[in-house]
This record gives sequence, C-alpha cells and structure tokens, in this order.
Amino acid sequence: MIQIKTDFVLDAKGLACPMPIVKTKKSMNELEEGQVLEVQATDKGSRADIQAWAKTSGHQYLGTLEEGDVLKHFLRKSSSDEAIERKHPKVATNEELEKMLKTNENFVVLDVRESAEYAFSHISNAISIPLGELDDRIDELNNEDEIFVVCRTGNRSDLAAQRLAEKGFTKVNNVVPGMSGWTGKTININN
Amino acid sequence: MAVNAMKATEVTKRVFNKEELFILDVRNTEDYQDWKIEGENFEYLNIPYFELLDGVEGILDKLPTDKDVLVVCAKEGSSIFVAEELSEAGLTVSYLEGGMKAWSEHLEPVKIGDLKNGGEVYQFVRIGKGCLSYMIISNGEAAIIDATRMTDIFTDFADSKGAKITHVFDTHLHADHISGGRKIAEKTNAMYWLPPMDATEVTFKYEPLEGGNVIKIGNTAIGIHALYTPGHTIGSTSFVVDEKYLLSGDILFIDSIGRPDLAGLAEDWVGDLRESLYKRYRELSEDLVVLPAHFMIIEELNEDGSVGKKLGDLFAENHGLNIKNEEEFRRLVTENLPPQPNAYQEIRKTNMGKITPDEEEQREMEIGPNRCAVR
Repeated sequence: MIQIKTDFVLDAKGLACPMPIVKTKKSMNELEEGQVLEVQATDKGSRADIQAWAKTSGHQYLGTLEEGDVLKHFLRKSSSDEAIERKHPKVATNEELEKMLKTNENFVVLDVRESAEYAFSHISNAISIPLGELDDRIDELNNEDEIFVVCRTGNRSDLAAQRLAEKGFTKVNNVVPGMSGWTGKTININN
Repeated sequence: MAVNAMKATEVTKRVFNKEELFILDVRNTEDYQDWKIEGENFEYLNIPYFELLDGVEGILDKLPTDKDVLVVCAKEGSSIFVAEELSEAGLTVSYLEGGMKAWSEHLEPVKIGDLKNGGEVYQFVRIGKGCLSYMIISNGEAAIIDATRMTDIFTDFADSKGAKITHVFDTHLHADHISGGRKIAEKTNAMYWLPPMDATEVTFKYEPLEGGNVIKIGNTAIGIHALYTPGHTIGSTSFVVDEKYLLSGDILFIDSIGRPDLAGLAEDWVGDLRESLYKRYRELSEDLVVLPAHFMIIEELNEDGSVGKKLGDLFAENHGLNIKNEEEFRRLVTENLPPQPNAYQEIRKTNMGKITPDEEEQREMEIGPNRCAVR
C-alpha cells in the first residue's frame, strides 16, 4: 500500500453524490494555501466530479489511488504564490534540464513540491524535499553540488533556490516553469 | 414551492408525444456531452451541481417560467439538492427519479401490431440507451428477442399477458449492452438460442441458432424464420416473423447500418455485411417491416414511439443501403468510425459468461449511448 503524506484526510466513504464534493469544498476552506487534502470516497462518480470541481475552483487535482472499493483523491489547495516575482538570478529552462539529464550525470535535481505532488509524478532520481521542510533538511544536500530546483510553476523553486543561496550553496538553478510544463520522462505512482 | 419526482416513464411519454421540457442537467460537463436525455422539443442547460453549492441565484434568469423544469443528475442525489435550492428560490421544479441510472434502465413497451392468426408483437424501447427488444406472443406462449438485463420487465409483461416464455433469442453476441436472454431462459425454463458462430467462446449451454431454423410460438403457425446475415458479427442472424416483420438485429437500422468492428475484425467482415445488406435483404419482400435492435437518434422514433419502417422505404432512404461502389462502402464501415461503446470488451465477456460482474458493475459498464451504427 502506498502512503502519501497529506495535511488532512476527509472520510467521505459511503456518502452519495453530492455529499463527497460538498464535504471536500468545506474541508478545502479550512486548509491553508498549498496544503494537500486526501478525500476518501466510495462513490464512483466522485472521480470525475472532483477533477471537474477542482478545475472550476482553481485547486490542483493531483490524482486518485484505488484501494479496494475506496477511491483516494488528492488535491492541493490553490495558492497565491503564483503571482510573486521571482528573484533567484540563475534560471534554467525545462529543455535545458531535460538535455542535461540525457548527457550529464554530475548534478542533483531537487523537487520542492509537496510529497503528494511528487508521488504522483516526478523526474527520475529527483530528491524530494518540500519547501516547508527545506530549512530542517538542508543537511541532506551538499553545497558543492550543482542543483536544479523544480516545483510546479517555478515559484516555490525560486524561494527554495534563494534559501539555498543564503545558506552558501553556489551552484543553484531554478527550473522554469518546472513540472507543469514538463514533457520529459517521469516516474508515476500508478506504474 | 414544491419539488416533485418525475419518473422515467413520464419523461418517455414527453419524448414520444414531442412535448416540451426544460432539462437542467447537473452532471459534470464531460458526462453531459457524452450522453443525455434526448427529446425533439426538449431544451437543455448543463451546470454541474458542484458549481451550485453556494446557491442557485446565478442561474435563475436562465430558467424558463413558462415550461416544466426537470433537474437531472447521475443517480438523483445531486438533482434533489439542486431542485430544493431552486424551490427555496421560489420555483416549482421536478427531479428525475433515479437519475440517468433509471433513465438508462427504463423500458417502454410499445405494441407493433397483430399477427395473422392471433397474437401480438411488442417492442421494448430502452429510450435512454437506444436498445430495442421484442416479445412475440401467440396463444399463451411468448418468444423474446434481444432482451436487456432488466429481465423482470419481460417476465412480468409476459405474466400480465398470460403467456409462458418458451423461446429466448439473441440475434448476435452484443457488445453494447448486457443480454438478459440467458437469465430469462434459466428463470422460465425456456430455450435459449444463440448463433453458434458468435458463441464459440461462451461458457454455458445454448441452442444453436442456424439460418433456416423455423420456430413455432403457440399452437398457431407463427413462424420465426432465422436468416443468416453476418457482418456486424460473424454470427448475426435476422428473423422474419409471421412473414410480416424483419427483425434485423444490428445489421440494419432505420437511418444507419451496423458497424463491423466491435469484435475486432472490421476488415474481414465488410464483405459479409455488404452481402447481407445488398443481396440477402434484397431477396426479401419490400413490404416487411424492419424492426432493428437499436435506434441512434430520436428522429428514428415513429409517432407512437415505436421504431420500425418498411424494408422498401429503407432501400429508398437509408444511405447505407445505397452505396453502389464497394470500395466506398468499405471506407464507410471501416474508417472514421464513431467511438466504441463504453466497456464493450467487458460487455462481450459478460455475454459469453466469462465474467460475472455484479449489478452495480453491469450498470457502470453500460453507461452512455450505444454506438453500434455507421451512417
């Protein structure tokens, strides 16, 4: 069984439509921006509806896992970090990173999205340290390494890259846009 | 203001009578676009229920006040929720009892006509999915052709007519819906007939239905003549009933013809399909009334809700019967085909007896329109 770290688990098992979405909406209101919600439901229609609802309400649908009769939907609450101005000077494009992955092995890909986002799809060999845990886990990284930081759109990775630079890392690149535009190979949870 | 439950049979009546109805479909847009309630004078608005959780004020001006409004969802829960919101806002609306699930399963029996020596032919219109089944009743006995999985409707109907079901047929191995034929036969001790060429992989016993078989229903000489007409499947068999009706299965429809690809052998079966439609059917009387196993569009319904038309009319009007060039015919039935029916592989396996999904799974497998035809 795959365990995915989330900020809140909503039990909507046994509830019929529209209740799974009604409760999801309510739970989402109580979460903070960027946090991840797991919705457990048995109503089969919830899979399509939760995706469509997430789209119209601006939240990020990460994916669904099936365990027996239970569907586990994962959603990340929309956040306003999309609007901030990026500050880290060294920027790499998705294409540049993809090219390097094919030719060069001497660097590290750091994925700073939430672990649930990482679980559903990530670049092979990428290290997962969510932005919120970076300060505590910075020792896991080597400040001599060349590091490419990725997130979904390039904003969280910008914050992470700045943080690393402050801590004395010198070879840090922010990958823009990151996973939202990634067309290269990924490791996915379902295969 | 009130919230009323409207039953599928009432909606069906409005379809048959070409009455007006305003349908507020609150399923998600993808499901709505895939499959909805069709009526010639129906109007539609699709707003997913999850966009109405904070209230319905935003859509009030889009709803008519001079027409009945029916709120529709997948299983009824969300439509009740939305209907109640609308009711609180001062509107009188109905919701579809049982939702699209009930709509998909509703069968409306329509009498097609009387038989020469007494007896009747009934068509069961599965209005939500376009499947057509038949019951031939004569002198206390009944035969059923292409039954759907809602078997109680057939057995109850036969009971109400005081008829014992003695023969059950499937014109072919269906790929778009789950057959109720075997279950009815088991329940009533009737004989269950299948074309052997479609039944090579089935896991149960059946009577081999061959071209040339004549089966009598009742004491009177109501003949059911089997006619081998391959093309949709390799075993597809038509029936001529009482020298008046041609039950064409999925070979010939009113406004379209069968597609040969659902068992994966389109290229191989094109020639068979052409032979059946352009030779074997040509040898039959043009006065036969064609009764197909499906309709695709609501315009194919007659005034009384039945689906059927004289073979001669179809020779004149049906595009699929009027393609002189064989190459052009091949292209029509093998290229640019509509999407295959949902879960058609699983449905075929179910009809072979290889898998036994529970009722809920069967329902899920059948969701959506049938897609057995090409135009």
